[in-house]
Amino acid sequence: MYKIDAKDAEFGELNAKIREVSDDVKIENCLGQRFIAAGLSGKNVEISGTPGNALGAYLNGSSVFVFGNAQDAVGDTMNEGKIVVHGNIGDCVGYAMRGGKIFVKGNAGYRAGIHMKAYKEKFPALIIGGSAGSFLGEYQAGGIIIVLGLNADKKIIGNFPCTGMHGGKMFLRTNGKDLNFPKNVNYKTADKDDMTEIYPYIKEFCSYFGYDEKEILDSEFTLITPDSNNPYKQMYVGN
Amino acid sequence: MSINYIYPEFEVVRRDDRCIRCRVCERQCANEVHRYDADEGVMISDEIKCVNCQRCVSLCPTRALKIVKSDCVLRENANWSNQTIKEIYKQADSGGVLLSSMGNPNPLPVYWDKILINASQVTNPPIDPLREPMETKVFLGKKSSPIERDASGNLKNNLTPQIELDMPVMFSAMSYGSISYNAHKSLALAAKELGILYNTGEGGLHEDFYVYGENTIVQVASGRFGVHENFLQAGKAIEIKMGQGAKPGIGGHLPGTKIVGDVAKTRMIPEGSDAISPAPHHDIYSIEDLRQLVYSLKEATAYKKPVIVKVAAVHNIAAIASGIARSGADVIAIDGFRGGTGAAPTRVRDNVGIPIELAIASVDKRLRDEGIRNNVSLVVGGSIRSAADVVKAIALGADACYIATAALLALGCHLCRTCQTGKCNWGIATQRPELVKRLNPEIGKERLVNLMTAWKHEIKELMGGMGINSIEALRGNRLMLRGIGLNEKELEILGISHAGE
Repeated sequence: MYKIDAKDAEFGELNAKIREVSDDVKIENCLGQRFIAAGLSGKNVEISGTPGNALGAYLNGSSVFVFGNAQDAVGDTMNEGKIVVHGNIGDCVGYAMRGGKIFVKGNAGYRAGIHMKAYKEKFPALIIGGSAGSFLGEYQAGGIIIVLGLNADKKIIGNFPCTGMHGGKMFLRTNGKDLNFPKNVNYKTADKDDMTEIYPYIKEFCSYFGYDEKEILDSEFTLITPDSNNPYKQMYVGN
Repeated sequence: MSINYIYPEFEVVRRDDRCIRCRVCERQCANEVHRYDADEGVMISDEIKCVNCQRCVSLCPTRALKIVKSDCVLRENANWSNQTIKEIYKQADSGGVLLSSMGNPNPLPVYWDKILINASQVTNPPIDPLREPMETKVFLGKKSSPIERDASGNLKNNLTPQIELDMPVMFSAMSYGSISYNAHKSLALAAKELGILYNTGEGGLHEDFYVYGENTIVQVASGRFGVHENFLQAGKAIEIKMGQGAKPGIGGHLPGTKIVGDVAKTRMIPEGSDAISPAPHHDIYSIEDLRQLVYSLKEATAYKKPVIVKVAAVHNIAAIASGIARSGADVIAIDGFRGGTGAAPTRVRDNVGIPIELAIASVDKRLRDEGIRNNVSLVVGGSIRSAADVVKAIALGADACYIATAALLALGCHLCRTCQTGKCNWGIATQRPELVKRLNPEIGKERLVNLMTAWKHEIKELMGGMGINSIEALRGNRLMLRGIGLNEKELEILGISHAGE
């Protein structure tokens, strides 16, 4: 593993170095450098400190481990790979991601998982350990979003989730009684089959962050799905 | 049965003395207007379905058909036009948002037609492109780097990646899905032969077309359909679509019925699912955020691809362009309010945005005033209809033009403005295999190459007439333009004098 000290490094310089190295990379003293691992494949990246915005944008197969918090736009349009954040994460995580997995130990900001989509073998998953901000899963078109609400000192998600959702699934570890969903989605208590579906993700989550999977699963989950994959079909008339 | 308030807009006129009952019209019409009544031995028309695409007229072997506008109209009213009343009927019937295709057809001012081009007489001799070299090549990208020389005095190439075009025209974004495979192939083949670029639009890049990558702009829009590492690497440049002239401020909904087969595969979404492009990029709420997307694309492609940011021409376009020029973008593309579309809400298409002519002039001026004009190139579209429009656009300050409607017309489009139905009889705006195969990509390419070659020569003729022998010397050369019938404010914005001044 190739070590890079990111202290005082400009983002361009740091990222050029990451591209150049053929081995896995360990970045130390990371402080706000943007675009780390953008479009990256073929090597893994470990980060100590706080990477800047757009970490792992267009990620194409690499695994990225962050030992600290991450900022905005993590995993934007991610295609394949894994991002594991041992802390909180900023706004807009997983925007339009099509594949791969993002695990966040703590909370996520606003607009998480907007327009996530799935296609054939590409099936993205976003697992948030704490709470998520408003506008979660807007326009969700595929994949799976799981919010666990662990150690969250506020509501598990913010306002206006699932607007325009037309594919995929969302699981929230709550009975959902105090949440408001739009008309275009259906929600119910997750049954045994549903829980079987999310078990591998919970298991992997626990393996990274040291939680007890039994404890997490021993709680009610609400499953939200869209009521149509053509939400705007009736909206138009030809002119 | 409820009353249908809407009388057919067109009439099918069939000269019975010429009709040989060959039923070509019936087979050619995907709208199912024509039908043969075997008992009576006559052809029958259901005119309410006719969109006036003229496919049957063009293919009728005996010229027995014509389509005319029906003269059965409602009582004349200067305030309530027939069109307005029909739109109300449609909405009262359905509760739907009116959906239209192609560019704004309303009689709003076309400034191109009120601008005249100069020519040399006596003092500065005109140049004849048939006997003297003329340069139509342009390079798009940032030009502001200071000139540097190496130890032996040679010029160092310190430019960021540039887009080289053999003529200042490109085919603008039309997605695979909104137009057919064969239409895309025609554009790709023509772009390659012409030394220009075509644009994928927000539909991804079909695997067959990666070979034309050097002549391709790959587009990243708010839905990010088909965007992945290989796609970003495939093109000559990457375009971030923030907006479109036909529908500024709103996104797109490609209905699930059009997401079939290869279209689904290329967009990387399941068949039958709506392809929804949100109105904003939800990761871009500011120029700083835009800068972030520009740089994330540059980082992902190791700074080898110029990044274009496309916006619609709206009221504040000069300030917006100034922001984009500072965002790290290499090219700003501006789409005027008359730009085409595969489908847009009628009210948005016809009422939102500003003319491209005014937008070019104000953006070019603003960027020059701020000393950042050379940070970016300016590409303009919506709508450029001829070589004269291209010359006027460049003289107003553009580096190059985008065309799309003109390109579709070359491919056989008859501007019937019903792309949204997906039943294009000319094989362009459709995914039905039996319709798509009507457009032969080799012939399509040939027609596009013909059109562009003709325009290129006309551009040279017009430049030569002014005594100008390169696009470089025409750019922003507003002294070569005069307005006619424009008021002082319009002339001030366009930065040109009135004819006779």
